[in-house]
Parts: sequence; structure tokens; C-alpha cells
Amino acid sequence: MDKMNSSQVLLNNGNNLNLISLKLFLRNQIAFFSELKGHPSALIGFIILILYILMAILAPLIAPHSPTTTDLDNRLLPPFWLEGGKSTFLLGTDVLGMDLLSRIIYGAQISLIVGFLAVGISILIGGTLGMIAGYYRGIFDQIISRLADLLLAFPFLIFAIGMMAFMGPGFLNLILALTFKGWVEFFRLVRGEVMSEKTKEYVEAANALGISKLKIMVVEILPNIIHSITVLGTLRLGYMIIMEASLSFLGLGIQPPTPAWGSMINDGRDYVMNAWWISTLPGIALLILVLSINLFGEGLRDLTDPRLKRS
Amino acid sequence: MATAPLVDLRGVKKHYVIKRSILEKMVAGQEQTVRAVDGVDLQIFNGETLGLVGESGCGKSTLGRTILKLHEATSGEIYFDGKSVNDLNGQNLQNFRRKAQIIFQNPYSSLNPRKTVRQILTLALRARGLHDLRQQDEEIGSLLHRVGLSKMHIDRYPHQFSGGQRQRIGIARALALKPRFIVADEPVSALDVSVQAQIINLLEELQEEFKLTYLFVAHDLSVIHYISDRVAVMYLGKIVEIAETDELFNNPQHPYTQALISAIPKVDKKARTDRIILEGNVPSPLNPPPGCAFHTRCSKKRGPVCETEAPLLTFDSNNHGVACHNFWI
Repeated sequence: MDKMNSSQVLLNNGNNLNLISLKLFLRNQIAFFSELKGHPSALIGFIILILYILMAILAPLIAPHSPTTTDLDNRLLPPFWLEGGKSTFLLGTDVLGMDLLSRIIYGAQISLIVGFLAVGISILIGGTLGMIAGYYRGIFDQIISRLADLLLAFPFLIFAIGMMAFMGPGFLNLILALTFKGWVEFFRLVRGEVMSEKTKEYVEAANALGISKLKIMVVEILPNIIHSITVLGTLRLGYMIIMEASLSFLGLGIQPPTPAWGSMINDGRDYVMNAWWISTLPGIALLILVLSINLFGEGLRDLTDPRLKRS
Repeated sequence: MATAPLVDLRGVKKHYVIKRSILEKMVAGQEQTVRAVDGVDLQIFNGETLGLVGESGCGKSTLGRTILKLHEATSGEIYFDGKSVNDLNGQNLQNFRRKAQIIFQNPYSSLNPRKTVRQILTLALRARGLHDLRQQDEEIGSLLHRVGLSKMHIDRYPHQFSGGQRQRIGIARALALKPRFIVADEPVSALDVSVQAQIINLLEELQEEFKLTYLFVAHDLSVIHYISDRVAVMYLGKIVEIAETDELFNNPQHPYTQALISAIPKVDKKARTDRIILEGNVPSPLNPPPGCAFHTRCSKKRGPVCETEAPLLTFDSNNHGVACHNFWI
């Protein structure tokens, strides 16, 4: 009753309309988190992902050393709990005496930035093309769909290796190589969803109101498919991070001394027998991040799938 | 009738071409056409309710959507208020859309599940050109009140309503544009019987209050009998009989209409006449029978003429139109 009165008051004042939509938005977000509580693995994944993001953002504050400063007096130091380890280099040092802990902390930046950028651009390209192709069909759909089929025929890693070898290493080239094929999945998802939404009567109702095609796509259809895009985006995020690490491992992605987990694993390859930590620790950092992203993504999928939803 | 019709259809056809790839064409032959609406002449007059009945798949919903230009007619002329709507575009089309609205059959898919009632109705009001927030708010309140909902429902999502309430929201959305003509596309067939009556009464009240003209599409004859002033019966994309409601129900001329009306369940034992059982199914609109489309199931077939010549819709002095060779001669 109280709630009703307060919204009644707000209704009488047209200027407060935005406040109401903000309230609705917040209510939805809170509902989302309370649902997440009922899905422990998704919640754990989400919390770890947030911790990684904080680690990446706060890297300059929490890293004990500069990630690129070499200290040749302290080469190949083991982590502190092993014999010979020093408490100033908690996770040990690599062959050039660079602090592993600091490099792992800074490495999160590269992984997350590359991952989010690659997925974001893929969604932008694939989503836009998918929307147009699914709504209008016709020759545009034919051309883009065949192009997508063509790209799908290549294995992702081989394709990315080929592109990086062709263009040369570097941050922008890395993003380009990952999105060049990454958009296809989003294109196919969005195209299919738009095709199925388009047949629903609410779209026809919007047509009968005389609303423009662009507005129907963005304002009417998009809110109904954004969940599927988010779920796929989260699942692809983990994959993109693995791809970046793979390319960096092969020396085609981020170049040393910039800290990236993939190239760090590669750096320690020759010393694996007597200094295992150089390769293993960045590998574990990568493993936990991707695992948590996948747990979160799968949880999201469960929570947004109406067939699995408890009403 | 002396007055000019509000909606006037002349030979309207809506065909869907089933597209085939090159390979399929080689195997299965040329493209096929679904004749959903196959030559309809129809007048709807100001302030009346024209009921449109027929079996599923006979093209009645397609006809309603074609009139509203939601589907482009393949051929034929559509006039609204004396003006052709065939070539409308831009602002003229927008003006037409304001005057002619639609209410959908399925209240579950006709409302965007991610939008609140406020957002749904605001969209319609903006389409009418009402942009002032305060006026929008007032109008939404009065619309909701008019269709029997309360203002406290304004920020709820469609899934929080029952089927009948959702249909009321759909009606409010159509009313928001202040239309003159509404295509009601089976607006009650997805609802419980008790709710059906409420919605039908609401539609009748609104018709009186706002001087609306309805094209009421349904397959339920008792609903049609109750609400319509005139009734048109459709079979395989064509109108086979059209008359004032009482005339049509008491004096059906076309064998198909007779069969339909004999199928209405009756409580009074004496009033029960012999049911006419139609044999077989509706032929596929992909490949309708030549001549009269009904001859494959007709109990009063006259002979070869039914198989070769399509009967024309002919009217008697009571404006009772029938498309049947029996009636013509």
C-alpha cells in the first residue's frame, strides 16, 4: 500500500518519470543479484571475476615491484615458501629477475582488456549485422551468412595465427585478429533471435503504430534478445582470453617485456625443470580467471533460460 | 446502402510465394504460391461491426492485416474513407495508421514482455504525436481506466497480468491512437469464456463511445452472432456469403454457411436440425480446386459447372450476397 502511494505521488509529477525508470532499473539489478545467490557456482565465478577486475585496475597500487624492472642479482628466485625464497619477491622471480607476483597482477590488465575489447567489438559488429540480416533477410542476409559460413570453416586458433603472422604482433593487430572471426558467433545468434522475435505480434503491433524499422529493432526487439547476447558474450570472454594467451605464448601476441600471461608461460618454458614457478604460476592465474568466467557465464545461461527458471 | 463505405476492398488478393533454391526448383518444379486471400470484394460501413468467420487457414487474419497494410496486397484496391491506401507512404501512411488499428488474438505475444504498461502505451501516444510527458501520463491513466484497469498497474510488466487484463492493455494501445477503424483479430479466442464476455462487452461500449467501426475476425459463431451487424463467411481466401447477422443465421444460402450454422450446438432438442457433416479437409491454399473452391466438399453440387466456373458473389434485394451456382440461377 505504501509503495502504491509513493508511486502515485511520483506519477502526478511528470518530471519524476526518470526517477521511476531508475528505480525500476535498480529493482531489476537487485533481483538479478538475489537470483545469483541461488546459484552458488555462478556467484563464486562472479566474485572471482570482480576480484580479477579490481586487481587489474588497482595493479599500480598493489603490485610490490614494477613489472618490467630487471634485477639480475635476484634471478630465478623461488616463491617465498620454498628454500631460498625471499619475502620481498613473494612468488619468486624469472630469468631476468623480474618479480613474478607483480607481473601476474599486471598481466590481468592485458588479459581482461583484450578479452573485453575483442568480445565487445565482436558483439558490435556481429550484433548489428545479425539484426539487419535477421530483420530484412534478402540478399544482404545471403551474402553475410555465406561469409560467416566461410569464416566458420577455419579453426579459430589456426586462423588467428595466420592473421598474426601476416600482420605482425602488436596490441591492435591482436584485437583485429580476434574480432575478424569472433563476430560470426554473435551474428548467427542475433540473426536467429531476431528472425524468431520478428514473427511475434508485439512487433506487428509496433508496425501497426507506424514506428520506424530502426526503432523497432533497437527499442522493441533488442531488449528481448540482450540476455542471450550477454550469456554468449560472457562465455566467449573466457575463450578470447585463452586465445590471447595462446597467441602471446607463440610469440605472436603481446611482446615481452610487457607482462602477459601467455608470454610469461613461454618465458619459463626452458626453465621448467629447475624453476617451475615461472610458467606454472601465470598458468594458474589464467586457469582460475577463465574458470570463473565460464562458471559465471553458465550460471547466467541457467538463470536466463526460461525453461530452467523457477517462477 | 446509400452512404459511402469506410473501408472498400476491390478484388484484393494476397499471395505468398514459397521461395525455392535452384536445387529445389530442379527437383520439385517451379515456385508455388499460397493464395491466402484470393479476390475479395468487401465494404465496411461507418459504425458497423462486420464479423468475418471461417475455418483456420482460410485467410481471414491475412485479410485483416492486408487492409491495415501490415502485409502488402498482391493485387486489388483498398480504399479507406474514399482514399486509396495502396500507395501510401511516409506521413500519409502514418496518418492512415493512426486511423486504423488492430487488436491481436494472442495477448501473450502481442505485448512486448520487456516493457511496462507505461512504456507500451507511451509508444502508442508518441506515434500519435503526443510528446508532453504530463499529458501522456494523464492520457495513460484515463485509457487504463477506460478499459477497466487501474492506474496502479502502470509500471507492471505484461507477465504480471492475466490474459483478460493483457487483452485490455492491447485494446488500450489501439485506442491510444484514437482510431476510427479497428481490426479485431480473434480478440477473445485465447480467453476463458467468462472473460470473453467481459472483453466483448468492453468492445461494444467502446464502439458506442468512440464511434468505432470493427472488422471482427473470429471462428466462434456465437461470438460473431452476438457482436456483428453483418457477417461475412470466408472459405479458402474468398467470401462465399455475406448478409445482415439475423438474415445470415436464419436464412443461410451457401452450402458451406449452412453446414457451419448447423454445427452450432443447441440446447433445445426440438430446435436441433440435422447436422450437415462436411467431408474431408479444407483443400490446400497452395493448390485450390478449380471452379468453386468448395465443390470438393459440397453436398449440393450442381454438376460440372461447379468444377469449372468460379461463382461470383451476387446480391439479392436484401443485400444478401452468395457465391454459389445454386443461388445464381
